[in-house]
Amino acid sequence: MFSLLQQTAPVVVEHSETVTHTETAQAAAHGADAAHAAADAAHGASNAGMPQLDISTFGNQIFWLLVVLAVIYWVLSRVALPRISGVISDRQGAITGDLMAAEEFKQKAKDAEAAYDKALADARAEANKIIAANKAEIQKELDAAIAHADAEIAARAGESEKRIGEIRASAVEDARSVARDVTEALVQSFGGNVDQNLINDAVDQRLKGALQ
Amino acid sequence: MENLGQLGQYLGAGLACIGMAGAAMGVGNVAGNYLSGALRNPSAAASQTATLFIGMAFAEALGIFSFLVALLLLFAV
Amino acid sequence: MAVTEEEVEGLVFHPMDQFIIKPLFGGGDVHWFTPTNATLWMALAALCIIGLLVFGTRGRAIIPNRLQSIAELLYGMVHKMVEDVTGKDGLKYFPYVMTLFCFILFANFLALLPKSFSSTSHIAVTATLALLVFVGVTVLGFVKNGTHFLGLFWVSSAPLALRPVLAVIELISYFVRPVSHSIRLAGNVMAGHAVIKVFAAFAAVAAIAPVSIVAITAMYGLEVLVALIQAYVFTILTCVYLKDALHPGH
Repeated sequence: MFSLLQQTAPVVVEHSETVTHTETAQAAAHGADAAHAAADAAHGASNAGMPQLDISTFGNQIFWLLVVLAVIYWVLSRVALPRISGVISDRQGAITGDLMAAEEFKQKAKDAEAAYDKALADARAEANKIIAANKAEIQKELDAAIAHADAEIAARAGESEKRIGEIRASAVEDARSVARDVTEALVQSFGGNVDQNLINDAVDQRLKGALQ
Repeated sequence: MENLGQLGQYLGAGLACIGMAGAAMGVGNVAGNYLSGALRNPSAAASQTATLFIGMAFAEALGIFSFLVALLLLFAV
Repeated sequence: MAVTEEEVEGLVFHPMDQFIIKPLFGGGDVHWFTPTNATLWMALAALCIIGLLVFGTRGRAIIPNRLQSIAELLYGMVHKMVEDVTGKDGLKYFPYVMTLFCFILFANFLALLPKSFSSTSHIAVTATLALLVFVGVTVLGFVKNGTHFLGLFWVSSAPLALRPVLAVIELISYFVRPVSHSIRLAGNVMAGHAVIKVFAAFAAVAAIAPVSIVAITAMYGLEVLVALIQAYVFTILTCVYLKDALHPGH
């Protein structure tokens, strides 16, 4: 803008006095403002524009930027990044190791459970075996006892039968002798001749039908 | 004449700011399309965030150019 | 021009004065070696980066403390970005990308402190950063791929008649890259700071001071976001250009 002003300055002077007057007033005001900041004065005319376009500071900025970048790059590539990547891979390793250890413990727990199950099954089988053996023994004893009791009962029944038979035989005999005696007495009372054999045959004949 | 020059500068700077509207539409278009795509397929959205930012950066750069032109007109002519 | 503005309605607008480069010690001219306020704030950015990434991680703890978590977050973010965009073979250049990202991020954030100086608002700084990337990527592309790198401009999927036109367009867009790359960052930072400054100048009028303060607060929040996003964008564009150099061809 200032260059433009300088070019047009003669024309402005020709046109009117007031324009140059205001211009000088502005310049004075600007001078006061520039005294405010030291850099303003240092840059002279260039401070009117954007500080970004002040070419006189470019070399300075670029130089220090390169220095700073070089320092950061050196520190990062030598110290910081290897350290962080080391820490991250360490952590990864630790996590993987822990996971594997956990897997191992899980496997161990599973094995222990399997062993426990096996022991339990064994114990159960053993118990079943013992129960079966006991049952068999008891059964045997029971069978023997039953057989013994059966034999005893059979013996007693036989004995009783024999005695019943004896009693019955004796009763038949008694009946027969009573019948013979009665027959004999009857025959005698009727005045008949007593033939023992005949009477016996007759009584037997009659009894055979009655007793059996 | 000085006032005329200033007038030109200010008018030019103001006109240059219209360019920002274009950048705004561009950035809004990128973000809106990203959002509608992301709502349709949210699982693919995370992988496209980088593309979103690249697109927004390109669209926004042109608005920054217009801003720069305005600044140059105001301060550097 | 600053002359005429400051008399308007008694308000004093100096939105660009915050970007003036001054020598740190005494007055005098700014030579290329003079320590200036730009030097100070760039050095502070470097110190913060070293403080975070070196001293923050000195414990090398498996379970990180806060600083180490932040450092690892930054590392993981940039590392993933480089790996995702450029592929495995781009990881060789990861320290450089990390340097760029950390520098821009910290310069942007430090510039948000009151009375600080925003070094990334200067086109000289951002243009140097962008040109380093541009020249580096171009050289890398020719070293890695030889003349095959020129295939970047020869769109083989387009019809033959269109290819020369596209080649010219691609060439122009290739050479505009450093321009937009640098001006985007500088322009964003400069615009935000200048707008805050303009609102701050309005705060001198008592009637609109509350509005102005609310506006400054809102702009400040936006600027925090912009500081992060611009660092991210600069870095991811670097990665994209790097990918073009490593794997040219569409």
